[in-house]
Amino acid sequence: MKIVIINYGAGNIQSIKFAIQRLGYEAILSDDAVAIKTADKVIFPGVGEASSAMKKLKISGLDRLIPTLKQPVLGICLGMQLMCNYCEEGNTQGLGIFDCDVVKFNNSVKVPQIGWNQIENLKSDLFKGIKEKEYMYLVHSFYVPLNNEAIAITDYGIKYASALQKDNFYGTQFHPEKSSKAGEQILKNFLAL
Amino acid sequence: MLTKRIIPCLDIKNGRTVKGVNFVDLRDAGDPVELAEIYANNGADELVFLDITATEQKRKTLIKLVMDVASTINIPFTVGGGISSVEDVEVLLNSGADKVSINSSAVKNPQLINDLAAKFGSQCIVVAIDAKQINNEWIVHLVGGKEPTKIKLFDWAKEVEQRGAGEILFTSMDHDGTKNGFANEELAHLSELVNIPIIASGGAGNMQHFTDTFIKGNADAALAASVFHFKEIEIIDLKKELQKNNIPVRL
Repeated sequence: MKIVIINYGAGNIQSIKFAIQRLGYEAILSDDAVAIKTADKVIFPGVGEASSAMKKLKISGLDRLIPTLKQPVLGICLGMQLMCNYCEEGNTQGLGIFDCDVVKFNNSVKVPQIGWNQIENLKSDLFKGIKEKEYMYLVHSFYVPLNNEAIAITDYGIKYASALQKDNFYGTQFHPEKSSKAGEQILKNFLAL
Repeated sequence: MLTKRIIPCLDIKNGRTVKGVNFVDLRDAGDPVELAEIYANNGADELVFLDITATEQKRKTLIKLVMDVASTINIPFTVGGGISSVEDVEVLLNSGADKVSINSSAVKNPQLINDLAAKFGSQCIVVAIDAKQINNEWIVHLVGGKEPTKIKLFDWAKEVEQRGAGEILFTSMDHDGTKNGFANEELAHLSELVNIPIIASGGAGNMQHFTDTFIKGNADAALAASVFHFKEIEIIDLKKELQKNNIPVRL
């Protein structure tokens, strides 16, 4: 199986590579259009700030490539957020794969949310073998409000979409690669899609 | 619901853990990777590695350690100790660290916090603050608490938040090593003052101290070293106890 992690200079991608290794697979880091197009599975990571990450995608033309992909694609954290229509962070247009916007938590909660929170209303093969209210590790200041494409919900002052799916595109706000055994199961499920 | 985090802290020198650990099931008590793995499997929510190496070799050994830890454990970890530039942080994050913790370098050059937050995002920037009370004022100290500054704890906490810190790791030097409990009054005040998560550090001696720091101190996470290293407290027992006290934990 050819697994490509999109490498566009946005933060901590070693952790995902290592997590895939622990599952017994080898992932390639690449920004090459052919390598990405011909992969069996594509992981779209992202840590950091939305507008600068989006700029990097535009320079390499990946902003046009990613929405055309046909194989299973998993966006993680900022990766998922960039797959939405619009991010409030840096007033950034996203890739428009998911039909929703990304907005900032208000100050009734501590921002960023950092730590382990529960996912529920699980609705996808991505969560096979994962129990309702399982804990996942999250680190973020911006979130996706509830919408039709939500496949998991998390409660942080308000209930929001902590995972999304549309066709072959999947996104998780949480970090499966940092979420202990349950997180590894989610990555395993993704690779089995 | 977001849970309260329990964070064991490992002191690292030349790529090895120091300050003593007492783990019967450990082949080599100095191996930080092996120790990290045990903690990850026993319910730690996160780990902190504090590098106290002072040699030129430091950078290389630390990067190797970060890669070894990242390839082995499946929970997040923070690296701190002598980090003073954007380049230092870049290489650590690229090697697999989730967060970095800065302390003295932030006091000496506060702009560093802004620069790091702009480049990597606030979520991976922890500002560690060591402070102790002098004439009824909480004063920030540098160099592992040896060198007093003129900066007041609460002013500094506000400033680091405004500059883009994602979290504050507060160590009360008056409590550190005493095993008499965390500085809950100050922690609660910090939590009111800033709207970023606060990690309590210094003073853990028993399970009640953790309950107190989450309830009275309103801390978001609690960090400790020796009580975990010497198995005085098992993390899993601690979490069960916290749950009994209606504190949300990941079990």
